[in-house]
Order: sequence, then structure tokens, then C-alpha cells
Amino acid sequence: MLYAIITVIFRISSLKEEYMSNQQNLLVIGNGMVGQNFLVSLMASDIKEHCDVITFCEEPIPAYDRVHLSEYFSSKSANELSLVSPDFFNENDITIHIGDKAIAIDRNNKTVTSANGAVIAYDKLILATGSRAFVPPISGHDREGCIAYRTIADLDNMIAAAKDSKVGAVVGGGLLGLEAAKALQNLGLETNVVQFGPRLMSAQLDDGGAGLLKSKIEDLGVTVLTNKNTIKIIDGDSCRHKMIFADGTELETDMIIYSAGIRPRDEIAASCGLDIAGRGGIVIDNQCLTSDKDIYAIGECASWNDKIFGLVAPGYAMARTVVDHLAGGAEEFTGADMSTKLKLNGVDVASIGDPHASTPGSLVYSYQNGVDGVYKCLVVSQDNKQLLGAVLVGDASGYPTLTQYYLNGIELPQHPDSLILPSRSDESVGLGSDALPASAQICSCYDVSKGDVCSAVEMGCTTIGALKDETKAATGCGGCAALLKSVLDCELEKAGIEVNTDICEHFPYTRQDLYNLIMVEEIKTFHDLISKHGAGKGCEICKQVVGSILASYWNEYVLESEHVGLQDTNDTFLANMQKDGTYSVVPRMTGGEVTPEGLISIGQIAKKYGLYTKVTGGQRVDLFGARVDQLPLIWQELIAAGFESGHAYGKSLRTVKSCVGSTWCRFGVDDSVGLAVELENRFKGLRAPHKIKFAVSGCTRECAEAQSKDIGVIAVEGGWNLYVCGNGGMKPRHGDLFATNLDKQTLIKYIDRILIFYVRTADRLQRTSVWMENMEGGLDYLKSVVIDDKLGVCDQLEAQIQHVVNSYQCEWKTTIGDETKLKRFRHFVNSDKHDENIIFVEERGQIRPANLEERELLAAENA
Amino acid sequence: MNQWIDACSIDDLQANSGVCALVENQQVAIFYMPDDNAVYAINNYDPFSHINALSRGLIGDIKGEPMVASPIYKQHFSLKTGRCLEDENIRVETYAIRINNARVEINTNITIEEAA
Ligand code: SRM
Ligand SMILES: Cc1cc2nc3c(=O)[nH]c(=O)nc-3n(C[C@H](O)[C@H](O)[C@H](O)COP(=O)(O)OP(=O)(O)OC[C@H]3O[C@@H](n4cnc5c(N)ncnc54)[C@H](O)[C@@H]3O)c2cc1C
Ligand code: SF4
Ligand code: FES
Repeated sequence: MLYAIITVIFRISSLKEEYMSNQQNLLVIGNGMVGQNFLVSLMASDIKEHCDVITFCEEPIPAYDRVHLSEYFSSKSANELSLVSPDFFNENDITIHIGDKAIAIDRNNKTVTSANGAVIAYDKLILATGSRAFVPPISGHDREGCIAYRTIADLDNMIAAAKDSKVGAVVGGGLLGLEAAKALQNLGLETNVVQFGPRLMSAQLDDGGAGLLKSKIEDLGVTVLTNKNTIKIIDGDSCRHKMIFADGTELETDMIIYSAGIRPRDEIAASCGLDIAGRGGIVIDNQCLTSDKDIYAIGECASWNDKIFGLVAPGYAMARTVVDHLAGGAEEFTGADMSTKLKLNGVDVASIGDPHASTPGSLVYSYQNGVDGVYKCLVVSQDNKQLLGAVLVGDASGYPTLTQYYLNGIELPQHPDSLILPSRSDESVGLGSDALPASAQICSCYDVSKGDVCSAVEMGCTTIGALKDETKAATGCGGCAALLKSVLDCELEKAGIEVNTDICEHFPYTRQDLYNLIMVEEIKTFHDLISKHGAGKGCEICKQVVGSILASYWNEYVLESEHVGLQDTNDTFLANMQKDGTYSVVPRMTGGEVTPEGLISIGQIAKKYGLYTKVTGGQRVDLFGARVDQLPLIWQELIAAGFESGHAYGKSLRTVKSCVGSTWCRFGVDDSVGLAVELENRFKGLRAPHKIKFAVSGCTRECAEAQSKDIGVIAVEGGWNLYVCGNGGMKPRHGDLFATNLDKQTLIKYIDRILIFYVRTADRLQRTSVWMENMEGGLDYLKSVVIDDKLGVCDQLEAQIQHVVNSYQCEWKTTIGDETKLKRFRHFVNSDKHDENIIFVEERGQIRPANLEERELLAAENA
Repeated sequence: MNQWIDACSIDDLQANSGVCALVENQQVAIFYMPDDNAVYAINNYDPFSHINALSRGLIGDIKGEPMVASPIYKQHFSLKTGRCLEDENIRVETYAIRINNARVEINTNITIEEAA
């Protein structure tokens, strides 16, 4: 039997060989960012039909986003960082050897051998082995708790080591070093940055920029040590290690993170005799070919023109070049722009072109503002016409404009310094995206030009989201998002496409405009608003929007006669209409907490009215199948048993989920149920553009799934961590870490402000997740509004929420006390009969609505 | 035979909203728009969701045509003609309605169009 199977397999594989004699074995070593990008480009090209693709992946997981690696500490899981869709390899018939490292290349026989013993033949070989963090070869460099900053495994090691550490040191004050420092600080360590040279970010910044950056970083509580040459690491006295520097000074630290530059991983290439550059890196030509015509090298392992490129965009350009070359094309890799913009510990830093003015004859303009902590410098050509380089620290808002001057050789304005000085009245400083040539590169990660964007707009992409889907622009590092938006706006304007943001035909306004009108003119009814600012009678869209705005601003009873006509049926009857016209009833159970007596009363009431009961996904009990006339009776009893409306019907606060927390759970760090109950009681009844959900977890195991909620809170040793704008539902979104280690008072203050800011500025039916996705400036902007009070509105936001808290009423309690309102809860105004169309059948011991077939059967029986 | 049947008192109506009355075993949705001094009567049965619910929809106008939006799947029905604004093949019954001595009266035998 076994024999037979083997023969068959053999037959099939030999058949395949015969059949596909023009097939090529394409072998890729390394499944990092560039290796994966190569595979994706290859799969999008025609030549994939002729390739059998095999790849070696040394790490235990396929390619992930190293650029956003640091987010692994704050908000992203390994899964979310992944660059590979789950079925990618399967769907494309690519064989991936996960966790297997290529160890030798035999160029004569054209095979590669792996650590696990696989021997694979290749026709073409692509090396994408990346680089490693440079670890200074000093004694003690490999002591426990001394970790490189490069892979997810490194980060896991850091998290583990941080558990019993107080002090941390980062070796290297470059781009990555400062990112690592931020990570250590977030892990709660006292953080030091040890820099060999005199300047931070020496590759990108000049003295002025580096000096200012140093003082800004120090303001944040990180100690920066410059001119420190570590000569050895030994046992410490107060900490695990002691670093000894050449100048005789020392530093005690529990952890050491290496981030002092990268070294290309060229060893496998070197040992099979490929040319290696003087400063390391596999030598490649403009086609990315190595010294062997069947072997290419791409990404950080490659050296072009004696240069290593430590950024993804050049690696992606190399990958595209190789795919093109394999297909017989003539594309060339001719170097790449190394301009960068980033936010280091919240400090904006950008560097463009030649920041050190090393071009002969170049001139320098600089501007320093010690008060605001801003430093800007421009390097221009001798004739004052071309931008050669720039450094921006503390305010990098000019980056998109300056890079466009630089990359496209656009002639500078008469006074180039106007580009960095706080605006001069006689000159416009911004460079409209109109001025850019079609060839201007907008997104360097995905090589998207202005021309590409314009044709996508012509094809009908009129939103940033559509443009991202179509061109991939702004989906890499995200650095080009602002520029992309300005190109889009400009193109739309030119095309005369007015993006109609009117809420509906009755109001020529957006939801936000209506909110402002209501606030500023103190309008209290729909009638007043539409007679002053609208036309016609309104419709279900504007009525609900205005109903919601009035409710969140004035917080009056929603069934007041001026308001009742604005509510959707669920709000009108304070219950959720089901498919058969009956309603569900959801009493509030704050934090999911309920007493046995409470549960018993709910059970008794459900039994009395014959309702179907189910525990919801929001940690409470839902009672289904109530007729409209039964709603007040049921609520009368629920209120008597101590329950309140759960607002399951409203675009308002729904539930605050909790986990059991420190009260019972052996891992609990704080009382999550207590906080959940307090938050739910504070915010219940708040009407919003869409529903709002919270959750509170008692520790980072996160049993309450707080990171998928609009507002998520997690207890940590230092206080509460606040996540915002998460979402489950149709398009799940992981919440963003907004602030850490908050005390309860600050936590509530931030939530107050965030919620009212959302209520004021979101679009209709926009959950916080989409609101955040569309917010210009994103999380940082929200922080600047809520934490730094950039708009000066925090007092107003707090006053508004306080008004809502103070004027809370259980709508059901108000309703059952009001005879006139109760009149509405009848199916017929002129009869006590019930709707005969409501028919239940039994299933699993409870009722459910009869389906159409069952209704017909029942009707036939009755006839 | 044209016959006006008493449905309810005008006090039973909800301004800018709807109620349902049982008229000769028919469920009739009655809407009241006080600003236009208008009342409308249509069948309460929603042909899309197959339930009696149109009286519980939001009302207003689309391009000047008074309408109700079904509370279930949100299709719009003209209150004058009963036509579904999204699907012209679908129409709900409309009835003649009048106010007589503070009483609301319905005539299920004539539609509004015929009455007018
Ligand atoms: C009852 C319940 C299902 C259950 O039996 O567990 C439920 C039922 C409904 N959900 Fe839900 N959702 C319920 C928990 C959830 C959850 C889970 C949670 O809250 O933890 C989610 C995902 C989390 C989230 O919202 O981010 C959820 C995401 C949705 C969505 C998608 C929202 C989105 O942003 O994509 C809708 C549709 C919508 O709102 O537009 C929806 C809409 C609905 C509606 C209102 C649909 C409708 O219009 O009829 C359902 C009627 C509820 C009713 O009649 O009472 N329901 N729904 C849950 C009630 C929880 C509660 O106690 O109030
Ligand atoms: C923390 C951090 C932040 C960064 N931020 C930015 C940024 O903001 N912008 C930017 O442009 N760039 C940034 N970078 C750099 C960017 O991540 C790299 O340029 C990019 O990852 C290079 O891709 P690569 O495929 O060449 O190398 P890698 O992504 O390192 O992939 C190489 C892969 O090959 C594997 N490998 C090596 N040898 C073998 C072998 N013999 N057999 C099998 N597998 C092998 C390695 O294990 C690795 O998985 C950052 C890097 C780090 C670490
Ligand atoms: S998942 Fe869909 S079907 Fe289930 S309750 Fe939510 S909305 Fe209804
Ligand atoms: S430049 Fe990185 S996403 Fe566009």
C-alpha cells in the first residue's frame, strides 16, 4: 500500500518536471520586509507562471512590519504586525521553510543547503537576508539582559528582562536607539541613552538640531550621555551590570539594548565567494545582480555604490527592479532618497538630503527658537535656487513641502528662509501640490507618483480610503498621508468635483455644522432648526441626527413632544424592534454585575410575560418577544426590582464590560468591576453619533477585551492604561494606547473630554474607530486636544459632560410615570386587540417568531 | 359604497409621527403633520419585512413628497400615493381620511387619489 502511494507521487512529480520544462526554480533566502515585498511583486507579475518559488525564513514567523516594531510594546500584536495574509503562501503555491536558516550556497551545483538539512536546487537565487543590529565586540557584551533591537523575539526578551529591572541603557543614539529608549521608558525603566559620538542622530542631524533634540529628549526624563565609548561590561553594584567607559566614568544598569547601527548579513554570500563591499554588504549593480549572474541581493544586505540602505523604501525599489529584470525589463536601481521624518518620544524630527552641508559651495540658513524648542536649517545650492538638504526639530510641519522642493528640483522662492521662518506676510510659503510635476513621488514606500494619484482620482477614487485601496499610497510608513490628501483635494477642486457633505436634502450642512449651530444659537428643537437653517419637513436622516445632537447637548427627555418625532422606532418605544414587530427589553447591568435577587426577578418577569431570554455579548440579559403594549408593564416590574433602562435602543453608551478583577482573580491588579460600574453610571444616557462601548480589564490578560472597545481601560501596576477608538463589529479595529499609568481622576477626565469631543465632531453614525481613522493628525492630534488642551476647549468639554451626568434620568422611569406618554404604547389607538400578525412557536423550550411557512400552516389549520 | 368610519379622536394622533388604528379589521397607519395641517392614512403592513409596522416609522419629505420610512429596512413610502420611492412596483394601500368634529374618519373604500 505504502509502496503504491510512493510510486504515484513519484509519477506525478516526474510528470510535472516533463510538463514544465520551462519552469524555473526561484529561491529566496530571507522572508523579511524586502523578501516578502519581492514575493508580492513577483506574484503580481506575469512571470510567476514560470516560477516555482521557494523561500527560507529563519524567524519562527513569516515577514512582519519591522518599521512599526516598537508598536509591539504599546498596541500591536505579532499578528497585527504581520505583512502576510494567512493564505498567501498556499494560494500562490510558494513553499516556505519556516524557522529554517540557509547555511551554504553551492554555486557550482546551484543548490542551497539549510540548517534543517534541506537541499534545494535553484535557477535564480535572491538574497534578502537583511541586517543585524551591531553589537560592539567588547568583553561582557553578551551578558544576560543585553539584547539587540531588531526582531519580535528580541522584544519578547526585553519584556521578560524588564520585569525585574529598574534601569535600562540603550547603546546608540541614532534613529533606532531613540526608539528603543522610548520602549524602555514605556516599560517603566529609568532610561539612559549612551552615544559614542558627540551628537544624537549623527547621520541625519547637524549640531544645532542634535543639540535641541538632546535637550527635548532629556526633558522627557531620558538621560543622554554623549562621547561615551564603552570598553567593557561587568557585574554592577546596585544593578545587574556596570558599563565602563573609556573616559573612566561608569553607568549602572539592569538591561542593555544595542541599537548602534546595522551590519549587513552578508556571511552566507561571503562564504560562497560573492563580492563583498569594503564596509560590508553584498555588492550589487543597477540590476541588483551580485558578482554571480544568477544571484541577486536586495534590501539591507545589499551594497550599491558602496552604500547600504537602512530603510524599507530602497529595499522595495530593489525588489521591483529584480522582478522587472527577471521578466526581461530594463528597470534600474539608481540609489534612493534617505530623507526621514519621525516622532521620537513625541518630538518631531525630520532630515532631508544633505543635512551636513557637505556639498561644495552650499549655503546654510538656520532658525532657532529656544522658547518653543524649534530648530530648522536649510542647505541650499550656491546660486540660492535649489534645496540640497534640511533639518527640522520640534516642528516638522514643513517636511512635505521641503521634500518636494528637494526631490523634484523645484526652484526655491526668492527668500528661501521664508520656508523655515514663522510666516512672513509678503510671501506664501506652502508649495501647493499643484506645483508638483506628474512624476513627483508622493509615496516612497510604494513608489506612487503624483501622476498615479491623479489617474486614480480620475477613475473615481474621491476619498483617501479609496486612494489607499487603489494605489497603496500611505499604507506603508504613513509619512506621505498629508501630502496625499493635499493632492487629492487639489485634484478634486480642479475637476470641479464638489464633495457634497450635506447631511441630506433638508440641510446644506454637515453633522458638525449642525452641532455648532445648535450650540452657538442655543437651538432646542428640530422645528426651530429647520425653519431657520433648513428646508422642507426633514427625513429620517436629519431628524435622527438632530434628535441625537439635541439629546447629547441639552439631554432632555427624548419622548418630549417636540422630540418624539425625531427618534427612530427604537428610541420612540425605548426598546429594540425585532423582525416580527415585537421588542426586546434590556435592563442595565452595570459592569455585567447582577445580584442573585436581580437575576431571579428578571427570570420571574420574563416567565410572567412569556419572553425569550438570552445572555448578550455585552454581559447582560436580553428579553425578547414583548409586544408594544407590554413594554410599560414589564418596565414597571423591572424598575420595582431595582433595574434601569439599558439604552440598548439608543445611539448612546451601551455597556461597560468588565472582567472579575483583583477582587477575586488571582492575577488581578486592580478592581476592574468597581471601575466599570463607576464608568457605566457616569456615562449612561449619553447620546452620541453612534453607540459607545467600554470595557475594563483587571490586568493585561485582558479578559474584558478592552482593546476592542471605543474606550478600553486596563489595570497595570502604575495605574490605568487607556485605549481609545477600538471596535469589534464589521471592521474590527484595535484601540490605540492613549495614555498609561493614569490615576482614576485623570482617567475619567480624559474619557470625559474624548467623549464630548467625539460627540461634537464625528459624522452621523460614525463609531469612534472610523472617527479616529479619518481624523487629520490621528492619535497625536487627539492627545494634543485632550491632554495638552491645544484648542482650549477642555473646560467646555468637561462642563458639557457634567451637565449630562447631572441631568441623567432613567427614561423608562420617566415614561411609566407619565400617562400621556404611555398612550403611545398601544398597538391600536382605538382597540385593545393585539396585532394578529405576531405569532410565536416554541424552540428549545422558549418562544421564537414563526417564520412565513409556519404562519401559513397555522393559518391553514385555523381556517 | 362610500362610507366614512370613525377611527379615533384627534387627541390620539401624534404630531409629526404616526399611530395605528383598527378600521374594519384593517390596520391603518395614520400620520399627522401639524405644520401642513395634513393627515395621511396608509396600510400599516410593510411589504418588505412582512410585519405591521409602518405607523412606527419616521416621517418627513423626500423632494417635497411626504413620506414615511419603514422602521425595519428603511424603504420610503409616499404618504399620498403609497408608492415605494425605491421600487416603483411596490405600493401600499392609501385611504381617504378626514377630520370631522375633532374625530378622525377613514374611508377604506377610496384611495386618496380617487378622493381628490
Ligand atoms: C443583543 C446583541 C446580540 C446578543 O444576543 O448578544 C446584539 C444585537 C444587535 N446588534 Fe450588536 N448586539 C450585541 C452585541 C454586540 C457586540 C459585542 C459587544 O458589545 O461586546 C458587537 C461588537 C462590538 C462593537 O460594537 O464594536 C456588536 C456589533 C454590532 C454592530 C456592528 C457595529 C460596528 O461598528 O461595526 C451592529 C450594526 C450597527 O450598529 O450598525 C449591531 C447591531 C445590533 C442590532 C441592534 C441590529 C438591529 O438593528 O436589530 C441587534 C439588535 C439588538 C436587540 O434587539 O436587542 N451590533 N453587537 C448584543 C447586545 C449587547 C448588549 O447587551 O447591549
Ligand atoms: C525598530 C526598527 C524601526 C525601523 N524603522 C524604520 C522606519 O521608520 N523607516 C524605514 O524605512 N525603515 C525602518 N527600519 C528598517 C527596516 O525595518 C528595514 O530596512 C527592513 O526591515 C529591511 O528589510 P530586509 O528584508 O532587507 O531585512 P529584514 O527585514 O531584516 O529581513 C531579513 C530576514 O532574513 C532572515 N534571514 C537572514 N539570513 C537568513 C538565512 N541565512 N536563512 C534564512 N533567513 C535568513 C532574517 O531572519 C530576517 O527575517 C526599522 C528597523 C527597526 C529594527
Ligand atoms: S451579529 Fe447580526 S444577527 Fe447577530 S445580533 Fe448582531 S446584528 Fe443581529
Ligand atoms: S511614504 Fe511610506 S506610506 Fe507613503
